[in-house]
Amino acid sequence: MTTLPVTEGTGSLLPALLRRPGAFASLSLQQWDLVIRQALRAGILARLCFQLDEMGLLDAVPDRPRHHLEAARTVAQKHMRDVRWEIACVRRVLEKHDISVTLLKGAAYAMADLPPARGRLFSDIDFMVPRHRIEEVERILIEADWGSAALDEYDQQYYRRWTHQIPPLQHYKRNTVLDVHHTIVQITARDAVEADLLAAASQPLGDDARLRILAPADMVLHSAVHLFSEGEFDRGLRDLLDLSDLLRHFGNQPGFWEALPARAEELGLTGPLHLTLRYVERVLGQPIPEAMREARRRWRPSPGKRVLHDALFLRALQPDHHSCHTPLTGFARWLLYVRAHYRRMPLGLLVPHLLRKSFHRPPEEEEPPRVLPLRR
Amino acid sequence: MKLSAWSRDELRARLASGGLCLNTGPFISRIRTRIPAVVDGIALLYADNAVAPDAPFADFHIALSQPLGLRRWYKPQVLFDVDRAVPFKPLPLNQALPLLEWGLNWCIGIYAHRFLIVHAAALEKNGCAVILPGPPGSGKSTLTAYLVHNGWRLLSDELALVSLQDGRITPLARPVSLKNQSIDIIAKAVPGATIGPRADDTAKGTVALMKAPTDSQERIAETARPAWVIFPRYTAGAEAVLEARSKADTLIELGRNAFNYSIHGRRGFEVLARLVEGCSCHTFTYSNLQDAQSVFAALAAQPRPAKQASA
Repeated sequence: MTTLPVTEGTGSLLPALLRRPGAFASLSLQQWDLVIRQALRAGILARLCFQLDEMGLLDAVPDRPRHHLEAARTVAQKHMRDVRWEIACVRRVLEKHDISVTLLKGAAYAMADLPPARGRLFSDIDFMVPRHRIEEVERILIEADWGSAALDEYDQQYYRRWTHQIPPLQHYKRNTVLDVHHTIVQITARDAVEADLLAAASQPLGDDARLRILAPADMVLHSAVHLFSEGEFDRGLRDLLDLSDLLRHFGNQPGFWEALPARAEELGLTGPLHLTLRYVERVLGQPIPEAMREARRRWRPSPGKRVLHDALFLRALQPDHHSCHTPLTGFARWLLYVRAHYRRMPLGLLVPHLLRKSFHRPPEEEEPPRVLPLRR
Repeated sequence: MKLSAWSRDELRARLASGGLCLNTGPFISRIRTRIPAVVDGIALLYADNAVAPDAPFADFHIALSQPLGLRRWYKPQVLFDVDRAVPFKPLPLNQALPLLEWGLNWCIGIYAHRFLIVHAAALEKNGCAVILPGPPGSGKSTLTAYLVHNGWRLLSDELALVSLQDGRITPLARPVSLKNQSIDIIAKAVPGATIGPRADDTAKGTVALMKAPTDSQERIAETARPAWVIFPRYTAGAEAVLEARSKADTLIELGRNAFNYSIHGRRGFEVLARLVEGCSCHTFTYSNLQDAQSVFAALAAQPRPAKQASA
């Protein structure tokens, strides 16, 4: 049995605990002091509260750290209420127009009551509509009090021409943000995905056939491509835990593990899936069924690439807290940011885009508002 | 152990190394700073607070520092961070001490959801608490500073911490933030008050912090049952008049002034409704502090119904 790091500067206590959650029962106050901060920064404090509660360990947590866990849970419950309310509002607005909406990521987890929903904090609500109707959807939402969040002309054009979504829409009163997509991966990306395939496999959520979620395998693949291709890892550990939750949940359904590799190949997303399985196993210690072994061998990148992947992802998937930073963490995160952009756009588009972004910084955020809005 | 037991050198060394764990009401704040004015301010304003040399757990890990670079010398600034995340823009260095208070309030507002946090002062007498919500200019802090030296115990100047379980108020007993004219008014009216240095040109005008009276620290573990909600309204030249206020209106106004009311959802409403149910609610117009004290003393002398706020 490995011993747990005790104090600051001795590494990532939190991932060690996530691999052996039983050890939460025997933490010292000093260790809690670090765990609470790492979990808060990683965006999983509320999730941890739910997990400890389910394991029957919450009541045994000393008062002070428990207050922080429960406070985070209270905030997450508020987010959940707000998201459900907001989706009901969107639904009501689009209902009359016979447009089917496929909820993505957190919105889907929340409405389908999937495990990653517990303790989740939302910064926006993502959903997908058919591409040929996306402009109509935007118009309808703008008429219903959502407006384009303040963006300059360049950003507006960039979203519309090159990405898989329209510019984010923000409700003028509630400040909630909608991300309306027409597919799950940027259209200029190397692993661009046929939206029709996703829509055809999507499943109705309850009675309303126009409110849908992705099929289990597609949901996993979307979450995987989001984590490993977006390039921003400040919530990397949280996203990896989402994947772990989804794999555990759907993994119990018959046929899931057989369908997953085939679907990854069909959609061209074997790369992100391979990385998911590798790091769910390596970072969180979650066993992956034998059924996947053959496919994983087939997708395995060259040994050199594997070493590089480990060097980058094992750093970036730690909590973004100073106690978890190694001298190379910042560099690893930066390389992954560049990698994501490189995979997302051809160089001819990427270079002018990044140049522009580095010279036109958005104005700094004002002081935080009084209550926590959904926006990050 | 009280903070005043440490010599200034020891305090300075501990603040520099990040080893100062200060009990601020129900919270333990681990504070790190090398800014001399903040060291002096903490020594003055938090002298009676309990400190733990090596508390294993702190609720808030905060630091006040000066940004590097030219700003060190040219219009120097102060930066507040919580566990190395910076929630606000830097402020001019002369506002370092008020920034410590605003930063601590921010931490409570963002993280302390085991309470319903109402933007209000709270005072206690005979085990009963009066809650004084009030926008800036209502005279809430001035009244608080005066009353806590005249028969009332300070629970809080800015944030009334209402328990979600039993509706009682947990004392915070941090320094009282005096603004503009009220600094001189209190200095004159309360000769025994300890008032820190003035910070000019802040977002709230000139601010000076008044140390919480010693008894408020010594009785920091005693919670109090809310008995009155009083909305103070300073009006120049006015007589001290206490008027009844409708409970429904009081409830709505308290909800509007609670930082985390919407986070608690239905529970927040229920806690406030119970609180208002168990309190007598008033609007209080005043101009003279001594008259105000008489009105409050008379109020406290009235027999209170035995009903518990949680009933």
